[in-house]
Parts: sequence; C-alpha cells; structure tokens
Amino acid sequence: MSDYNFAYLDEQTKRMIRRAILKGLAIPGYQVPFASREMPMPYGWGTGGVQVSAATLTPEDTLKVIDQGADDTTNAVSIRKFFEKTAEVGTTTETSAATVIQTRHRIPEEDLSEDQILVYQVPIPEPLRFLEPRETETRKMHALEEYGLMHVKLYEDIAKHGHIATSYAYPVKVEDRYVMDPSPIPKFDNPKMEMSAIQLFGAGREQRIYALPPYTKVVSLDFEDHPFDPSKAPHACALCGAEDSYLDEVITDDKGGRMFVCSDTDYCEKRRAEGHTGDLTKETAA
Amino acid sequence: MTPLLSVKDVAKHYGNHIGCTDVSFDLYPGEVMGIVGESGSGKSTLLNCLAGHLPSDKGEVIFDTRVDGPKDTLKMSEPERRMLGRTDWAFVHQHARDGLRMGVSAGGNVGERLMAVGARNYADIRSEAVTWLDRVEISEDRVDDRPTTFSGGMQQRLQIARNLVTGPRLVFMDEPTGGLDVSVQARLLDLLRGLVRDLGLSAIIVTHDLAVVRLLADRLMVMKSGRVVETGLTDQVLDDPQHSYTQLLVSSVLQV
Ligand SMILES: Nc1ncnc2c1ncn2[C@@H]1O[C@H](COP(=O)(O)OP(=O)(O)O)[C@@H](O)[C@H]1O
Ligand SMILES: [Mg+2]
Ligand SMILES: [Zn+2]
Repeated sequence: MSDYNFAYLDEQTKRMIRRAILKGLAIPGYQVPFASREMPMPYGWGTGGVQVSAATLTPEDTLKVIDQGADDTTNAVSIRKFFEKTAEVGTTTETSAATVIQTRHRIPEEDLSEDQILVYQVPIPEPLRFLEPRETETRKMHALEEYGLMHVKLYEDIAKHGHIATSYAYPVKVEDRYVMDPSPIPKFDNPKMEMSAIQLFGAGREQRIYALPPYTKVVSLDFEDHPFDPSKAPHACALCGAEDSYLDEVITDDKGGRMFVCSDTDYCEKRRAEGHTGDLTKETAA
Repeated sequence: MTPLLSVKDVAKHYGNHIGCTDVSFDLYPGEVMGIVGESGSGKSTLLNCLAGHLPSDKGEVIFDTRVDGPKDTLKMSEPERRMLGRTDWAFVHQHARDGLRMGVSAGGNVGERLMAVGARNYADIRSEAVTWLDRVEISEDRVDDRPTTFSGGMQQRLQIARNLVTGPRLVFMDEPTGGLDVSVQARLLDLLRGLVRDLGLSAIIVTHDLAVVRLLADRLMVMKSGRVVETGLTDQVLDDPQHSYTQLLVSSVLQV
C-alpha cells in the first residue's frame, strides 16, 4: 500500500479543485482562481496540471502523460511515475487506451472521445498579460469583454513580420465570450480544441483553472485580411510518412543534416506498426 | 441647445482635504473650456472626476449620449462608462507615457481604439493609423516604430492621434503641453488649434499656462484651492479679470 492519500492530495484539497473545475466547465474559458498547493516538484514542471489530474483521477482510470507529444521525456516520465506511486492507477502511452491524458504543449493527433479527459499544463493563463501586466485591469477586461488589446498583439505581429507570426499559445475566443490562452500548444492544434473530450487547464504558479466542455466553440482570433492559418511545415514524417501530423525537426548529424518526425510519438509508432513508412524507413523496410 | 456636458455640484475630498468642490458648469457642442489655476488648485482632480477616473463624492456629470440623450455618467454602470471612455470620450494625459502603450508600435497605438470597437481589417486599421499620424505630423515611415524612439513632442502628438482616431465627441486634456520645451510647445499648440478648428472638437483643457487657453479655449474657469473663483469668455477673463486671484495669475505671466 502507498503511504499517500489517493493521488497525493488530501480529499479536501481535491474537493476544492473539483469545485474550481466544475465552475470552469460551467463558464467555458473563464479563469477560475484556486488555492494551488505545494507539490513535490518545482513550478514549471506542470504542478497545475498535476493538481487537476489528481482531482480528476479515480482508481479505475488509465493515465497517459505527454510532453510535447512524447511519453518518454523526463517531465512526462516523472509525472507518470508520480501517479503510479501515489494513485496506483494504470498508465499507458497509447492515446486511445487512456481515460485521462495530461499534456504539455500538444494535443494528441488521434481524435479523443467523450469518455476521455485532456489535462493541460499551463505556464501563463492570462492571454492579455503580454500587453497589460496589471491583473486588476485584465480581470476587468475579461469581465467587460474588452478584447481590443488582443488584436493589438496580432496587429503588431503583422506590422513586424508581414503575417501573424504567433505560432503557439495562439489566442482563441470561447463560445463567443471569453478570450483564452490555449497554453503553448502549436497553432496547428487549435482547430482540434473543438473536440469530444473534456479539456481542463491548470496553472499552478498562477493559481488558475479553466476548462472547455465537449463540443465547445473555440475560434482562433484573426483579421479579415489575415485569416487564421493553422498549417504546418509542408513535410511528411520521415518515419511514418504522415502528412497530417505535427512534426518536430530533428538534427541528425553535425553537418546540418535534419529530418522531420511526428511530435506525437504514439501516433507515429502506431502508424509504423500498421506498415506505414517514411523517407527514412523506406530503404530499411525494402 | 442641450449641453454636451452638464456638471452639477461636483466635489472630491482627499480625507479632510479639499480636492475640488462646488463645481458646476455647462459645456456646449463645439466649445472648448479651459480650466486654469496654479499648481494644487484642483484642476486635475476635477478633470479626473469628470472623466470618471476618480470617484466624486457628490454631484452629477450629465453627458448627452448618442443613443439615450443626457445621462449622468457618475451613475452609469462601469461597462457603460468604460465604453464611453473608448468611443465618445478621449483623455489626453500630461505625460504621454500614461496615455500610450510604450511597448506597442505607433500604428498599434493609434489602431487600438479602432480594434476596441470591432475593427477587424488589418489594412483598413493601418491606413487609418497612417492618416492620423499624418494629421499630427508624424511621418508614415515611423508607423512601425515604438513611442520609446520618439521625442517628447512626438509622443504627445501620437497620444493625441490615438485619442482622436475614433472621432470622440468630448476630449479631456490635462496639461497637454506641460513638460515640453517651449519651441515644442508652440508647435503642439498650433497643431491642437488646427485640430480643434477643423474637427469642431468639444474639449475641456486643464492647464496652468494661460498662453494655452488664450489660443485654444472659448471659455475659462479659474480655480483656487479647489473652488471655481471666476468664469467667463477667455478674452474677457484674461483682459479684464474680476477676481483678485485671477488678476494675480494674469499679471504674473508675460502676456502673449
Ligand atoms: N491622491 C491624492 N491624495 C491626497 N491629496 C491629493 C491627491 N491628489 C491631489 N491631492 C491634493 O488635492 C489638491 C488638488 O490637486 P490637483 O488636482 O492635482 O491640482 P492641480 O492639478 O491643479 O495641480 C492638492 O492640494 C493636492 O495636494
Ligand atoms: Mg494637475
Ligand atoms: Zn510519424
């Protein structure tokens, strides 16, 4: 038996977090303050997401943890171990086998279903922070739906780069009401946020939780003459040949060699197991 | 004619100390009201009460709104008042940095109010910004530069452009030429006079500089220790001051 209360946090704390989650689900995109607890890991390691997961997990759940799409980074491994130890839940790397997925910076490629929950680790929950550092003021802006400033940020992007250069943490408007920071996922993932699963966002240091119920309307902000463009680099995965997945650039040698591979490692492995090949795997497979 | 702004018995105290008190006046469309008085006489306090930046202790500030006609802005809900603050009202701060976003380009500064009221076409916003920069004599090739790279006079002109872009019906200005070199002041005054004349602006201008009101204001209010001691047409008040305090003010400056 473990010496911890189930999922580390005491029941009262989990109830408090669940209330914040429910409030967040009732007001999609609204940042609900909560009393963030000290976790046995530093801020920046997903303490917000971990607390949300802890309040969400049941003993029957199967947990998957990804960091930038991969299950095997230090961050993902340590969070997975943390819950294996404190909650004794089953874990998996398979997207479709998981009931709760905690993520940093990605949405899985595979469509999620109604019986899944996606928990995001959020570093900075306030999308207006960039231009308005005063918390009292940003809170008022949300309350009064004063979102002109968000477009000033995009205007600056175009003025400087000729196009909207924001490529991750791309701001969205939720159900025509709240402007929300989707956490630093690539803008390629933005359209996926209109999904069947519940999405929960936890910011530990900033003590905020927000949420998207299934099938919530999520629109990426843009201008009429500079419409939102979620496209990615026009490459195929070197390992599985996928043309529809988000790719990481991998340096292969010290002579400038590089290749593009799926950032979602489970997706890539699954495709390869199904026999798909990419430029790199073709020769060896042949 | 309905006054654009009707101020009734406005007062503001800081603890026991009077900020301003017993202030009443009407401002008619197209009129520029100057508020003068030495430092500490309550000019900024009054202006901030009128613009809703400071809560008044009492009184009414009735604005002739486009949709609903005259309404007491002190009793408006905050969303309503803030909406007014970014559409029909404008506020030019003494220090440009209080009225500008220093981390945002000149074009973005001017465009913000347009975007705040729903403009969503980048090219339109930008061309409107360029037009307004031109009106305040800032060349188009500075549109992407941040105000931090501008001189004090340019910053102030940018602040004015940023405020006027949505065609406000009432402009509040607090010492708009304060803190600038004399030659820069002259140019800014000239520009302001042109804008006031061309746009038919209604404005309330606070200043301790009588030259500013001589050039810009139709009427004057003279304040001392938080109270209005004299009001009248600008030329009348400056050429034939009645109150001894006004006489002192007028005699203490070189006449322009
Ligand atoms: N925030 C404040 N707290 C306390 N007293 C203030 C404050 N602001 C202004 N005052 C006082 O109120 C009086 C009017 O100030 P102010 O409106 O700034 O005058 P002016 O703009 O004419 O120089 C002064 O005596 C000033 O010291
Ligand atoms: Mg003052
Ligand atoms: Zn792949």
